[in-house]
Amino acid sequence: MLDARDISVRLGRSEILKGIDFAAKPGQLTAICGPNGSGKTTLLRAMTGDLPCTGTVTLNGRDIAHLAPWELAAMRGVLPQASALAFPFTVLEVVEIGLSRGRAAGQTRAAMQALARVDLAHHAGRPYQSLSGGEQQRAQLARVLAQVGAPTDADGPRWLLLDEPVSALDIAHQLEVMQIARDFADAGGGVVAVMHDLNLTAMFADRIVLLAEGHVLSAGTVAEVMTSETLSRAYGCRLQVGTAPPPGTPFLLPHAARLAAE
Amino acid sequence: MVALTDPAALDAPAPPDRLARARRLHLWLALALVAISLASLTVGATGVQLLDVAGSLARGEALSRIERVVLLDIRLPRLVMGLAVGAALAVSGAVMQGLFRNPLADPGIVGVSAGAGLGAILAIVLGGLLPPALLGLAGAHLVPLAAFLGGWISTLLLYRVATRRGQTSVATMLLAGIALAALSGAVSGVLVYMADDTQLRDLTFWGLGSLAGASWTKLAAALPILLIAVSGAMLLGRSLNALALGEATAAHIGIPVQRMKRLAILCVAAATGAAVAVSGGIGFIGIVVPHLLRLASGPDHRALLPNAALLGAALLVGADMISRSVVAPAELPIGIVTAVLGAPVFLWILLRQRGVVDL
Repeated sequence: MLDARDISVRLGRSEILKGIDFAAKPGQLTAICGPNGSGKTTLLRAMTGDLPCTGTVTLNGRDIAHLAPWELAAMRGVLPQASALAFPFTVLEVVEIGLSRGRAAGQTRAAMQALARVDLAHHAGRPYQSLSGGEQQRAQLARVLAQVGAPTDADGPRWLLLDEPVSALDIAHQLEVMQIARDFADAGGGVVAVMHDLNLTAMFADRIVLLAEGHVLSAGTVAEVMTSETLSRAYGCRLQVGTAPPPGTPFLLPHAARLAAE
Repeated sequence: MVALTDPAALDAPAPPDRLARARRLHLWLALALVAISLASLTVGATGVQLLDVAGSLARGEALSRIERVVLLDIRLPRLVMGLAVGAALAVSGAVMQGLFRNPLADPGIVGVSAGAGLGAILAIVLGGLLPPALLGLAGAHLVPLAAFLGGWISTLLLYRVATRRGQTSVATMLLAGIALAALSGAVSGVLVYMADDTQLRDLTFWGLGSLAGASWTKLAAALPILLIAVSGAMLLGRSLNALALGEATAAHIGIPVQRMKRLAILCVAAATGAAVAVSGGIGFIGIVVPHLLRLASGPDHRALLPNAALLGAALLVGADMISRSVVAPAELPIGIVTAVLGAPVFLWILLRQRGVVDL
């Protein structure tokens, strides 16, 4: 379980998160959605330990405030929204940076497999800084995958915390990356992803936590949260949710929403 | 189901291992270091030759007094000082650049060198105002001691300014370092204005940097600090690699970021403070050596730090040889040699990298 209780975050005078409860189960892909400024990334960063916050966050039953950095790193990998790199490391070297100690022998192989998983094995020797934004994002995902290793083992489930993992990607790689997250959850790991694209979310996620103005507006299965009424309230505009062809996931056509507004 | 991943790609060959190549460089640099050290022992104004000395030792003859003094009391402490200071300056540069995630960073930037410099100038100009008893106690150590203290105080001050709730902001620290350097420069300027002619000569010589003052007494004070600082920095390789991805990501990878930053700052302050104290302002080693090594064998700090220690030591001993021989029997301040050698290399690196990789 990833369990966050009564999380509040203040930045300066403004309260970004106001007493949020959040829970995600292993074996599931939990999406955090909501309009700009609703606190999605802040919630994720509070749960990764990046932001000072009040409340408690437990991962597999252990309070993250009491875990050493390397213990946390063994349990979960974090993909930030954007990553700058200071020195001319190659793509492979960037992935290897994420690998913990004691794996030196199989290190390169593990890193190459992670790169192959995100369709970048052929760029392994290139300078990371020469990749496009989308390729860099995938290289970072490979780093995170290499870091956490198997989705679950004797020590319990591993977690992927992804901040807008597909924001810079083309449609094919959006699907590919979401499929990687889906496979990780199906294999017993836990995935929490901040998502902007509601249709991708509907296709791949099990649960949605919908934030608005620092509160949880709605949380539940995709079908429970993705209703015209809830989404319209969250985003402050009229939105209409339809049903895609079988297996019948909900979908949202912004076009339809605009027509509805007129 | 999307399957962009070609199963065959899972066995794609890994690119060449730059870390292994960088580690092979250890050996070559160590050999170069030994060669240049032997050369340095044999070069000097008195014409005492290492080979002659080795010959007489082999024949079982005792060394003449002049040979003993020149080799053991003049050239050897100077060589050891050059090795230690060169390694310390180069490693401080590499650590600073890793910490600030900026390949142009240098210990000078965080104000350690400036603070140490201010300490030394204070001692040179105002040292005479100290009570005679205290002055007698400090003796020849006054200037180095003051330089060392200045370096430490500026580092501590900087750390207080840039650290809040256990988090060090690198941006604040850089800006505070610039402010500190400007302040030290201003105070130093006033002191230089106040100085008399003899002091002015001392200041100039010290400011340009030199190993001429090397002695076993000075080494006894500085060498332990330099050694501890350089060895401590060797522990930082993996952390500095992770830090290249940003502080947050380094923490996610499992690096205790605050602790490692504290160690890095301590190492740099100690190494730079002690180096400036015994040898004055020797520039460019800290910025050129890590640059050259990154070009030669990649940026992996696990190999870069030891390589920087070796190359920094070799370069400084080499520069010292040049400084002792071009105008022999007089000598140039070594800072002039490192600047003349280092500045063009530095500019060349900048030109070379422009447009290739945006640093």
